Amino acid sequence: MLIAILSDIHANREAYETCLEAAAAAGAERIVLLGDIVGYGADPQWCVDKTRELVAAGAICLRGNHDEAAVIGPTSMNETATTAIEWTRTQLSPEALAFLADLPMTVEEDDRLYVHADASSPARWHYVTDAESAGIHFDATPKRVSFCGHLHQPGLYSRLGQGTVTAFTPNSAGPLPLLTQRRWLAVMGAVGQPRDRNPAAAYGLYDDRTRDLRFMRAAYDVDTAANKIRAAGLPDSLATRLLSGR
Amino acid sequence: MAKAKLRTGDVIDGFTLGEVAHKGGMARLWHVTHPDHTEPMLMKVPDLGEGGDPATIVGFEMEQMILPRLSGPHVPHVIAIGDFSVQPYVVVEQISGTSLYPWLERLPLAPEEVADLGAKIATALVSLHHQKVVHLDIKPSNIMFRETGEAVLVDFGLARHLELPDLMDEEFRLPYGTAPYMAPEQVLGHRSDFRSDIFALGALLYFFATGKRPHGDPQRLKGLKRRLWRDAVPPRALNPAIPLALQEVILRCLEINPARRYPTAAQLAVDLQDLEHVALTPRAAKMKRDSWSVVIKRRFNPDPMDMVKPEKMTGQLYDAPIIAAAVDLSGSSPELLESLRIMVSRAVEQTPNARIACLNVLKVNRITLDSTLDSTGNNKHVKRLVDLKSWASGLKAPDGGITFHVLEAVSPATAILEFSRENHVDHIVMGARAETAMRNLLGSVSGEVAAHAPCTVTVVRNRVWPEVEEPKGGWVGP
Repeated sequence: MLIAILSDIHANREAYETCLEAAAAAGAERIVLLGDIVGYGADPQWCVDKTRELVAAGAICLRGNHDEAAVIGPTSMNETATTAIEWTRTQLSPEALAFLADLPMTVEEDDRLYVHADASSPARWHYVTDAESAGIHFDATPKRVSFCGHLHQPGLYSRLGQGTVTAFTPNSAGPLPLLTQRRWLAVMGAVGQPRDRNPAAAYGLYDDRTRDLRFMRAAYDVDTAANKIRAAGLPDSLATRLLSGR
Repeated sequence: MAKAKLRTGDVIDGFTLGEVAHKGGMARLWHVTHPDHTEPMLMKVPDLGEGGDPATIVGFEMEQMILPRLSGPHVPHVIAIGDFSVQPYVVVEQISGTSLYPWLERLPLAPEEVADLGAKIATALVSLHHQKVVHLDIKPSNIMFRETGEAVLVDFGLARHLELPDLMDEEFRLPYGTAPYMAPEQVLGHRSDFRSDIFALGALLYFFATGKRPHGDPQRLKGLKRRLWRDAVPPRALNPAIPLALQEVILRCLEINPARRYPTAAQLAVDLQDLEHVALTPRAAKMKRDSWSVVIKRRFNPDPMDMVKPEKMTGQLYDAPIIAAAVDLSGSSPELLESLRIMVSRAVEQTPNARIACLNVLKVNRITLDSTLDSTGNNKHVKRLVDLKSWASGLKAPDGGITFHVLEAVSPATAILEFSRENHVDHIVMGARAETAMRNLLGSVSGEVAAHAPCTVTVVRNRVWPEVEEPKGGWVGP
């Protein structure tokens, strides 16, 4: 089964639609959303509605820190993120807020774990930035393959037994074989706000039969997404960073 | 988990084990059969016993990741891969040709044999490097030859695929490799430079041409590091039968700084295929190693090693293309010849490491035996060569970066295509024949080349302006 993995959509309708279309064209049969449906972008209500529709059709959706902040209010967020989340709260319907409030912190499926930030304490939103933080994640789950987001920069970590954690920055859309003797943690790039100097929307395709993972990129209409952010009166930096992918 | 001991007759995933074909340091190779596969096959099973080298497992994992992504005649074709959770293995085709071992018994080899083997191995490296893989363990025991003659590279346990995680680098602090063949940058732990394989091939050619290894077989890191500053004894000092051109090629491969080696395996292969066209530098005639003052300077004040980042490595292949300029000296207008030269010189300016092969096809008649002399008794071949050199005199190519070839052929397009395939040409630049009755009758040479070329083709045509219709009845004023 080919699984499409999308993380950090951040209310970017143009990027979200593009990734869903690309995943469908690639033959994805299942959709996993790793959280942060809202925050930063100009289309929170549309993105939550679309997500509810996908979940009703069998997709998995996790809770991200921005989804939580939309429900309970921002805690320990920077000024720009706080401004965006305060605005987002005014945009969402009660049904949308109720949907976000109900999202799970982790989901396990076969030999896989899905989580927004990391497995050691999902509600504390730790970033997996290097081999050390990936090691803390590996210590906290027995699952063979984990998928997370939150960082907005793709990465792939592995560990053989209790050995050294290896780190790799994906640099192509080619298949990466997640060998069965190792455990793996894939940090997915962001759909709606990439920060790895590549403005194209990031998503993943995992084939649970061949165990090949592909880190995909899809060019989308960045200009429209950025213009909508400006039109909504959100901080300009949120629009410009979409254009540069930083 | 894996079975402790495999025996002949055991069946793994449908593969029946026959005899052991080879027992290496890290793995065993078994002959295997399978009802669904008729070709001869080998199963490689890693030795995972107690106290084994941990690199055995990681090397085997690298092979499991890299081999299925490779294709072409220069790598073994993969049939099946077995998981570590049951029994780790890789089943590959059994190469029906020979290994390099028989040659080792009668070193030094004749220079022509060395060049011929070297050209075949370099051709295999061209294919591997284009697939974004550095082998990092080129040595006689890892090279086979098919019955059809192609070199096949085996054992990818130390290899690096530029688009896959490098488990070897992440897991181990010390450099891995085979002492006599390891490139200086590999000794320093750098694992993503295609030119490391060029160094290893140079060490192999040196060994085959002289019977001695250029840097011995040091067993400790300190001994390995000597090659960062000490150069090898020139091969001709050990075997005077080696021609100057072959010493030039070998010593260029063995340059300490990768930037001074061949930029690509393709350029190396072309030189080995045609030693006569090798441009000689002071390397060729050297009979002694560098003086101590040079060596001491290199040791304590080395020139910075050219370390290309892995993400830039594929681009490096594009920085050193082999360009074939096919020049039709008799059938082109002076304007077209000028445009063609400008196009080629632009390419040279953008890629200073390019090699330029200037081609001219001397058409010979299919039926009659052509005389090599024209009506006034001049040698046509020599005349064409002179004209070709004159055409290229304005090109600013680096020393030895430009060669000239007059091909005698019935069909110019076929000759250009054949030359391009044999010489690893990346880019053909040629002129378009003008719109004439001749082209309509014979078809376009450039069209045929563009349709069948194994590489990029640029067809140069002088701008065609729309024809202006003369107003009838003379000029009419405002």
